[in-house]
Amino acid sequence: MKRATSKKVKQLPATSEWTFEAIDAYHAEIARVAANFDLDTYPSQIELITSEQMMDAYASVGMPVNYHHWSFGKHFLSTEKSYRRGQMGLAYEIVINSNPCIAYLMEENTLTMQALVIAHAAYGHNSFFKGNYLFRTWTNADAIVDYLIFARNYIAQCEERHGEEEVELLLDSCHALMNLGVDRYKRPPKLSLAKEKLRQAERTEYLQSQVNELWRTLPIHDAKRGKVAAPRFPPEPEENLLYFVEKHAPLLEPWQREVVRIVRKIAQYFFPQRQTQVMNEGWACFWHYTLINKLYDEGLLADSFMLEFLQSHTNVVHQPSYNERWYNGINPYALGFAMWQDIKRICEDPTEEDRAWFPDIAGSNWRDTFDFAMKNFKDESFIAQYLSPKIMRDFRMFAILDDEHEAKLRVSAIHDEMGYRRVREILSDQYNLGSREPNIQVWNVDLRGDRSLTLRHQQYRKRPLGGSIDEVMKHMARLWGFTVRLETQHEDGTVELVQETRLEKRRGQAEN
Amino acid sequence: MTRIIDRRFDSKKKSAVNRQRFMRRFKQQIRRAVNDAIQDRSIRDLDNGEQITIPSKDLSEPQFQHGKGGIWEQVFSGNDQFASGDLINRPPSGGGGGRGQGKASNEGEGEDDFVFHLSREEFLDIFFDDLALPNLVRTQLARISDYKTQRAGFTSDGSPMNINIVRSMRGALGRRLALGSPFSARLRELQKELDRVIEESGEDCEEALNLKDEIGRLRAKIEAIPFIDSFDLRYNNRIRVPKPTTQAVMFCVMDVSGSMDEEKKATAKRFFMLLYLFLTRTYEQIEVVFIRHHTVAKEVDEEEFFHSRESGGTVVSSALKLMHEVIAERYAHGTWNIYGAQASDGDNWDNDSPICRELLGSQILPWCQYFAYIEITPGEPQNLWREYEKLSGEHKNFALQRIEEPADIYPVFRELFKKNFV
Repeated sequence: MKRATSKKVKQLPATSEWTFEAIDAYHAEIARVAANFDLDTYPSQIELITSEQMMDAYASVGMPVNYHHWSFGKHFLSTEKSYRRGQMGLAYEIVINSNPCIAYLMEENTLTMQALVIAHAAYGHNSFFKGNYLFRTWTNADAIVDYLIFARNYIAQCEERHGEEEVELLLDSCHALMNLGVDRYKRPPKLSLAKEKLRQAERTEYLQSQVNELWRTLPIHDAKRGKVAAPRFPPEPEENLLYFVEKHAPLLEPWQREVVRIVRKIAQYFFPQRQTQVMNEGWACFWHYTLINKLYDEGLLADSFMLEFLQSHTNVVHQPSYNERWYNGINPYALGFAMWQDIKRICEDPTEEDRAWFPDIAGSNWRDTFDFAMKNFKDESFIAQYLSPKIMRDFRMFAILDDEHEAKLRVSAIHDEMGYRRVREILSDQYNLGSREPNIQVWNVDLRGDRSLTLRHQQYRKRPLGGSIDEVMKHMARLWGFTVRLETQHEDGTVELVQETRLEKRRGQAEN
Repeated sequence: MTRIIDRRFDSKKKSAVNRQRFMRRFKQQIRRAVNDAIQDRSIRDLDNGEQITIPSKDLSEPQFQHGKGGIWEQVFSGNDQFASGDLINRPPSGGGGGRGQGKASNEGEGEDDFVFHLSREEFLDIFFDDLALPNLVRTQLARISDYKTQRAGFTSDGSPMNINIVRSMRGALGRRLALGSPFSARLRELQKELDRVIEESGEDCEEALNLKDEIGRLRAKIEAIPFIDSFDLRYNNRIRVPKPTTQAVMFCVMDVSGSMDEEKKATAKRFFMLLYLFLTRTYEQIEVVFIRHHTVAKEVDEEEFFHSRESGGTVVSSALKLMHEVIAERYAHGTWNIYGAQASDGDNWDNDSPICRELLGSQILPWCQYFAYIEITPGEPQNLWREYEKLSGEHKNFALQRIEEPADIYPVFRELFKKNFV
């Protein structure tokens, strides 16, 4: 302990009740230390909120503004219920990837927790949002809040014009396909409020004319082309279902296309978060731990503060074993924190094993290595690249193969010399969105016939589709306006029809 | 640059809109749950909201997911016994010990029903959905039977008791200043003049004496301004404001003769309950008087009202007499809104029914805001019904309905209020 330094340092307040002055004081110190570590962040905006507001924020997927929808009400009710019954605590913070980066602190938190949360959210997450390539390419922190306001107003306008029911049904359908409404491989153009507004009117008109063009099927054409194989549409399978609906669904009104677009854009905004849980949370945990410890070393923090801090911290990064009641998979906070700590260790104090496994980074400057890792990876690749044998041993990891055609489960690899690479590979695959969620793409539209749409599911490791397929298909059919089919392509190449949702009545006409 | 913002006091109830949307969307289910809930409650047990349970499949948000089956290979932590290649029996309840890991969200409770709490207001709103409330509100407001006084500024006349001294004195002071100011100005000039004259030519020169005279006159004039004038007086003003009565009394009158079986009583209970619920929406304070009767009537508490059994003949007029007595004794001084609800199987002693009609028409209905009679019988209308029917044309605040089984009760109740208050 370096507490007894000759220099007299003024301790930060150590009460458990927070005040604005105290938060300010802590924040100033944390900011100073973070700057010493060269953390590059957006300016942060710290907002104190009540638990009810926290539940509000939960309900609207953590965003400060959002359009209205019953499902958010449902989430609010269920959160409220479990919170009131004490079944769950609320998160201590929510942080929004925006510029300035907004961090919510709950008023119930103690001063220690507020300090922890500031370090965690306003410096940890914030710097990750600013640096990581996924966030840089997929989200535009400057515009997101503006865009959400635009979205809310636009949808409110639609509700006025077309009725709440109508809009709600549309949103239901969009939400059902939200996870399939993202570009996984393409690089998206950035969101910008100014551009959005400017182009919106143009786009709606233009799109409508495009759609009409697409469906102009004069009989003469048919006669001419009789023998020629009809061109496939879409020419390439389309992974982004909502995008396809927005651009090509024949019967949607312009405003409906805009709503689909809004849902799609928001889904896209959250896409990086779903892919960087381990890295992001681990990063934030690493930094709150490092920053607060640094302050303690400087003698600014009281011991009582430190004890409370350490207790919260250990709770967050605890990894239960598979046979414990609380086991719920690998804890991303625990794994992430352990990995970042481990990378630092490998940089500063590598063992023989580390030198063999990580020749590039063993002994390097840890801040440079951190920056590189934080900027250029997502969970899947981060684990594949940096999960060290030591972590696997520490977590006592083992992999289980569950094949429904086998009578028993098999332990396919454990934390030993033979298994390290295999375990790492499996764990990395667990975080691959492509294998976590079913791969469903728009396969074909019967342009010359009944305009039916065919979706194709590429089966992954023989996993069937589950959940409420028929419900989702109804939503898809509602958006598309005609019959929709879902096929599964097995790994051996055979194709099987899973579901067909017929929609003969043309909505557009039925309504007139 | 960092900002710390206190948001605790703004935008409360941000998701109220979403909550409403949720309620609207699941109105059917919620209404069903509310109706179920009513059956288990005491008439007056309405101060609570209600725990509402909706089957979660009704409100799922569907998505494409991987189903069970196929090949899954996953990493777990905390190995304490396994080596590569070990074979393990499948855990009994499918799911392979935490399949689909990483999804610790609210999907966890997916299997259970979705339970949430309705506030009392919401509960009643749903209960009274579509009832003809506006008319009733008007009836209630039109009947003003009480006044209260409240302050309303100041007036220039009133009784001496109400003089507001501060205001009056302030007015007087102002008036004195205003009236005296030309004199005071002149007085100051003269005084200056006098000082100058005295300095130049001594105290006793003629000019000085003239000036002194003049000053004396002015002083007198200023003093002549009355210190307080009736014009200055201000009185506290109090006005009488009509105060709508916010209390109501509800009479539950029920036949407990041998022909009323438990089932009929349960139906009657639901009816009373609905009326009570309805009144709680309009009135702050409600008393309930339970009167049961066979050949004689008796005022009882709720427990006895619904649960004790008697038998014998039926003389309905006894109950109406008692009701009238109770009104005259306790509720007749005009501050009570009186509601009556009578339930019977309609089986009355023949000669008594005309008496009942007479009693009700001349003695009770004039006091009542509303009186409802329900006849719970599967068969032909009975003699009481026929007599009462004659009343319904004459009195707007009287309604009667026939109920055959419990399922009829809600529509009937709505019918009662719809018809009679237009």
